[in-house]
Amino acid sequence: MADRFLERTGAVDAREMRDQVLDTMELERERGITIKAQAVRLPYRHKDGKTYTLNLIDTPGHVDFNYEVSRSLAACEGAVLLVDAAQGVQAQTLANAYLAIDAGLEIIPVLNKIDLPAADPDRVAGEVSALLGVDAEQIVRVSSKTGEGIDLLLERIVEEIPPPEGDPNAPLRALVFDSYYDPYRGVVCYLRVVDGELAQGDELAFTATRERHSAAEVGVLTPQARPVQTLSAGEVGYLITGVKDISRIKVGDTVAHNRDVVPLPGYAEPKPMVFSGMFPSDGDDFEDLREALDKLKLNDAALVYEPETSRALGFGFRCGFLGLLHMEIVRERLEREYDLDLVATSPSVAYQVVKTGGSTLEIRSPADLPEPAAIDHLDEPVIRALIVVPTEYVGTVMDLAQTRRGTMRHMHYLTPERVELTYEIPLAEVVFDFFDALKSRTRGYASLDYEPAGYRTADLVRVDILLNGQHVDAFSAIVHRDRGYEYGRKMVTRLRALIPRQLFDVPIQAAIGSRVIARETVKARRKDVIAKCYGGDVTRKRKLLERQKEGKKRMKMVGSVEVPQEAFISALRLDDE
Amino acid sequence: MTSSARADAAGGERAAYVHVPFCARLCPYCDFNVVAGRDELIDRYVDAVVAEIRATDQWGSLDSVYVGGGTPTRIPPQRLGDIIRALDHRFGLSPGAEVSLEANPEDWTPDLGNALRGVGFTRVSFGAQSFDSDTLRALGRLHDPGQGREAVMEAVAQGFSVNIDLIFGTPGETLDEWKRTVETAMLLRPHHLSVYALTVERGTALSRAINAGAPAPDEDLQADEYEAADHLAGAMLRYEVSNYAVEGHECVYNLITWAQGEYLGIGAGAHGHRDGARTRNVRRVDAYVDRVERGVKPRQGVEVLDPWKKEQERLLLGLRRTVGVATGRGGRLLLDSEAGARLVDAGVIEERSGRIIVLRPLLTDEVSRSVLALSG
Repeated sequence: MADRFLERTGAVDAREMRDQVLDTMELERERGITIKAQAVRLPYRHKDGKTYTLNLIDTPGHVDFNYEVSRSLAACEGAVLLVDAAQGVQAQTLANAYLAIDAGLEIIPVLNKIDLPAADPDRVAGEVSALLGVDAEQIVRVSSKTGEGIDLLLERIVEEIPPPEGDPNAPLRALVFDSYYDPYRGVVCYLRVVDGELAQGDELAFTATRERHSAAEVGVLTPQARPVQTLSAGEVGYLITGVKDISRIKVGDTVAHNRDVVPLPGYAEPKPMVFSGMFPSDGDDFEDLREALDKLKLNDAALVYEPETSRALGFGFRCGFLGLLHMEIVRERLEREYDLDLVATSPSVAYQVVKTGGSTLEIRSPADLPEPAAIDHLDEPVIRALIVVPTEYVGTVMDLAQTRRGTMRHMHYLTPERVELTYEIPLAEVVFDFFDALKSRTRGYASLDYEPAGYRTADLVRVDILLNGQHVDAFSAIVHRDRGYEYGRKMVTRLRALIPRQLFDVPIQAAIGSRVIARETVKARRKDVIAKCYGGDVTRKRKLLERQKEGKKRMKMVGSVEVPQEAFISALRLDDE
Repeated sequence: MTSSARADAAGGERAAYVHVPFCARLCPYCDFNVVAGRDELIDRYVDAVVAEIRATDQWGSLDSVYVGGGTPTRIPPQRLGDIIRALDHRFGLSPGAEVSLEANPEDWTPDLGNALRGVGFTRVSFGAQSFDSDTLRALGRLHDPGQGREAVMEAVAQGFSVNIDLIFGTPGETLDEWKRTVETAMLLRPHHLSVYALTVERGTALSRAINAGAPAPDEDLQADEYEAADHLAGAMLRYEVSNYAVEGHECVYNLITWAQGEYLGIGAGAHGHRDGARTRNVRRVDAYVDRVERGVKPRQGVEVLDPWKKEQERLLLGLRRTVGVATGRGGRLLLDSEAGARLVDAGVIEERSGRIIVLRPLLTDEVSRSVLALSG
């Protein structure tokens, strides 16, 4: 869609048009998603004869990047809400619509992909109309593939979205709504000037970080970066200060000349929600992993990590992510762009431990959980989940949410056929496999979006896995007491199949504290000897044994038990039930 | 002489191994260098073997000659005699030397036995494999249990030192059937017994059948069968992982191999160990014959081990023996290693009177790999 605007307004020559000009990262193009926000300035000549300057910010749609979306919305006057004419209103549509409404934006609903054979614009227009209270007839129908309806949409944008307010003579206040790291130029911030004027060479104060930097370059995106002398109230552009470390420029921060201005509202620190240990398969790659994370961090302020040591997996990092997609993207980039082979532990969340003395402690890894005696209770993060589902699956979704400890807060019929359900669910359940379960039980028809909804006290236990009596930290998990047995049984069963027979019986136990809740045994290997070894083939037998020995090198020792690297990877995989 | 002294002394003795690749038909589990249906080559092959012997550098007298296969008895006894005579002429046979050959029960007759005695053979090793008809069929063998029994009894009566080869773990064979096979073998009063776990070798018909879904040998059942045989072997002593003998009837050729002694390898694909080098002849029968006839040495590969590899090999071979192996430098490193300590803890090995002994022979390869993992 963004591509089509660029083409129609002449910002990009149709000849040079490449799909998704704005989604530059390789992964984004491949997945057809937007991870980082992008901004572009479009000169548009309306049929009234006047030329308007439109500033388009293409935002990520995924829940993991909600904060970025909210900052992008805060930089705008209006929002074009795209609804897929075949799929209809999705949970993500609702979540983004609510964010836009909260931000007080003028919303122009648009049905996209009307060229698809499966498109049902009339039905979807009905859903959108019910959602936003607009006249279904008024909803613009477009195809970003064929270009149909694009001109009408541009007209509507000019007619309906108010021009920016803001006082060019007031003290400067500009909102940083995104940033990225350019290896040659350092951190580039995208910003919207709300009041005043930002000129090249200005000395600037960042109100949240309390840092001062000078404006080495300011400019606009057409979409190529084009330096300008000034950006004034209402304009969107970029700022380069020479800062090299992206964590020193915070999305949501206010840029001013004077530290004393009233900051623009809504600033928040990015908060990792999901945690996972990442370990190089080959211990020798630890330094490479550190370097790769350091480099990724340059362009990803939300990524946090600290060194972690696992008895089973060696040296690695405990990484924090905004959500599951963010985690997946980071992992894929590490493996693809940095050619690393990684073992990742099951994702977990951060728990608040309230100790018996009353003090609290945040833990990001099951290994950090104090002794049971020292714990008064545990609070876990919960989310408000928005689920949109055809009515026939409502019962199924309710059953699923029930087993995942969800509490229904709200149920709303968008249309007679589609229902919006709001649940409060522990994040840990969602992180585990909720989304996959939801998709499979509704044959892919349900969509899910969520936002953090604080912490709730829960009856949680840590399930440990012991191999021959030795605790294997990588397999520990914090789960609800009611699901402890299920987790323990699943892990011991899996491991029994994955661990080769040893010189002795290897008990595999799942335990909560000192209480064993599940047990399997890998029986001792009984026969491991070449039957015939005579003069004729001493050399061959030796070579056979040499090959077998090489296989043993890929084993990790857990106490006295040899565990193949693959066993760790397979056991930690969630989706191969 | 104590048994360990005898076992180690074999390291200083000399043997010759002569390979006979001919078979009436191929067994599905066999991955040796064998051919079926090429009997027209037999005469030229024997000539080539004799020529190879004559062209081999002088050496001391032989303490053991081992004619293995294949099926050596595809070659008529007179022609086998030509080979023994050639070895005797070239190197001399030590007094009381062991002259051994392998034979299939179905080929054995009193006349054959007498003829073989006449040309100098003192020992015969029968590929009996089983005394159960179904198991023999499953193994693709051509004889029946009765032929196996008769061949052994006749050979014993003719004064041969007799070995019976048995295979356990054939899919379909029960533990009780295996026990009856071992009991039958023991009733025949052989001097020597070899019991082998059926092993699925790559590239064999058995391996292809298993890949296509046929049942594979069961590791736990094989362990039970091994233990059952050990129990039933009674007065025979196990002197290596798979070998039992009445005292004094241990196979000299094998003792030499496990003591890292030297032996000539003669014939197609035969391996030798001489002057510190491990040698290998060309494998294909026609290529072997062709080379020798053209006066070219049939040798294809030579490997000289560096001192550390040689030390590792000494342990690999010696550890297969019941008497174990003198600890030496490699053994010390093993005992001092983490893996060695685990093996001791698990009761797999122990050091006793300066020797490392494998107490659980079924786990010998675990020890071997730990030896190979050491750096010298």
